[in-house]
Amino acid sequence: MNTIWALAKVVVLEMVRRKDFYVLFILTVLLAVTAGSVNLFNEDRIVRYLKEICLLLIWVSGLVIAISCTARQIPAEREHRTIFPLLAKPVTRGQFLLGKFFGCWLATGLALALFYLFFGLVSAAREQQWPVLNFLQAAWLHWLMLGIVIAATLLGSIVFAAPSSNGTICFVCAAGILLLGRHLNKVALQLTEPAQSLLYGIYFVIPHLELFDVRDLIIHNWELIPWGVVALASLYAAAYTAFFLFAAWLTFRRRPLN
Amino acid sequence: MLLALAFAFAMATGGRLLAWQHSQRPDSNSVLGRLLGESRRAFAFHFFLKADAYFHQGYYPSVFDAPTTERTHLEETARTDANSARHEHTNTHVRARDWLEDFGNHFYPSTHRHLERLGEEREILPWLRLAAELDPHRVETYTTAAYWLRERLNRLPDAEAFLRDGLRANPTSAEILLELGRLYADNGRDVPRARAVLEMAATRWFQHEAKKPEPDVSTLARILGQLGDLEDRAGNLAAAHAHFARLKPLSPTPDAIQRRLDNLQARLAKPR
Repeated sequence: MNTIWALAKVVVLEMVRRKDFYVLFILTVLLAVTAGSVNLFNEDRIVRYLKEICLLLIWVSGLVIAISCTARQIPAEREHRTIFPLLAKPVTRGQFLLGKFFGCWLATGLALALFYLFFGLVSAAREQQWPVLNFLQAAWLHWLMLGIVIAATLLGSIVFAAPSSNGTICFVCAAGILLLGRHLNKVALQLTEPAQSLLYGIYFVIPHLELFDVRDLIIHNWELIPWGVVALASLYAAAYTAFFLFAAWLTFRRRPLN
Repeated sequence: MLLALAFAFAMATGGRLLAWQHSQRPDSNSVLGRLLGESRRAFAFHFFLKADAYFHQGYYPSVFDAPTTERTHLEETARTDANSARHEHTNTHVRARDWLEDFGNHFYPSTHRHLERLGEEREILPWLRLAAELDPHRVETYTTAAYWLRERLNRLPDAEAFLRDGLRANPTSAEILLELGRLYADNGRDVPRARAVLEMAATRWFQHEAKKPEPDVSTLARILGQLGDLEDRAGNLAAAHAHFARLKPLSPTPDAIQRRLDNLQARLAKPR
């Protein structure tokens, strides 16, 4: 456990030193402030469009940070040849993968915390209310979703040759699932066999990242999601994360490093 | 030789395309409008639907759920002036097709609600403003926004200013004039102004809409109804009678109009 934690800490420190997160955060703040300063029929209490823009930026930034941070981890270790002394120590390949995963996940979690804090401030300033529990649920579900994406990207960084191709493929897949995932069953029902069964099968197999996207509930001030449902969603995310990590370990354990 | 031919062809085609582009009337002078080109109409429609989705607190069918109806709920309310909070939806909660969809329904708005119950209709306005910015020739955007501004938010100057923007972009629109007339008649209580605007709306309708193969008769009916009401309230019973008499053959409820005519006739017959 100590080994995994040590590896994770290095990844977190690396992300703190890099400029990606700061650039995305400043961009989000600037765009949100610009959108908030627009005069709309002299009405300063309009807030939901601002929440929508702000959350969209947070989601895009979250995906970019998670994928770009994870995709370069293993290729960079190989390129700098630091992976050889690391694995020569009593560190197994499983521990190495878990350390990288937890490092990226924690780093993304820290970034999300700051982003959601900013979102909370924007929302409170305009709406004069701060539904902390709703925001916590949204941030938690968002972080779980990014856990699946990070695990999948880690698998991709072993399968694909270059970090850029891995990043692009992961980003396209994640965006595709977020946009279309929940509608695949409806499309499938309009098809004839065997395409119907095939598409319905894909619908059940893919990780439904869109389940963790509760932006509409936050924007329109809906009630809290029942905690039991959140717990089930957490289990769902944990299962897919574990699956991708296991697949990454299976692929990585016998792969030559050079 | 081939290169020279290709160059000549490109120059000739490019020149014609540029001339054609200059001959087109610019639809939108905004930066967004110029950046998006013709696709801005699609975006404008998307943002109009977004306003409707906001009105339903995020609960909105996707393109995969159901065929889109001709008018949005927001627009229908503005046209008919109906109390939309009480409208009925046949399927307020669609049954989930599988356990995953049933589980997923916890994570996004899945029951029918309205924004207006909380008195927060202002939230739809940014999207309507954006839709008008992108497609200034979409008349429904102006009439819908103006209705919500004047009727539900009591912001008459903003509604009037927005309608006047719409009128500048669509000078022949009878619908915008009708909405402006309603604003002066119902909210501003400015009878002469309302009368002038509504009569202009009727004139515009005959000038532009009547010539179409399938004219929008309901707009004329609403103009005549509004004029009839206005004259009745102002005490010009003969003028009100004349407007309702013109309205009767156009109305989907001629019996109700006949009762109104009978009532006006009776009042006209009374000695003053």
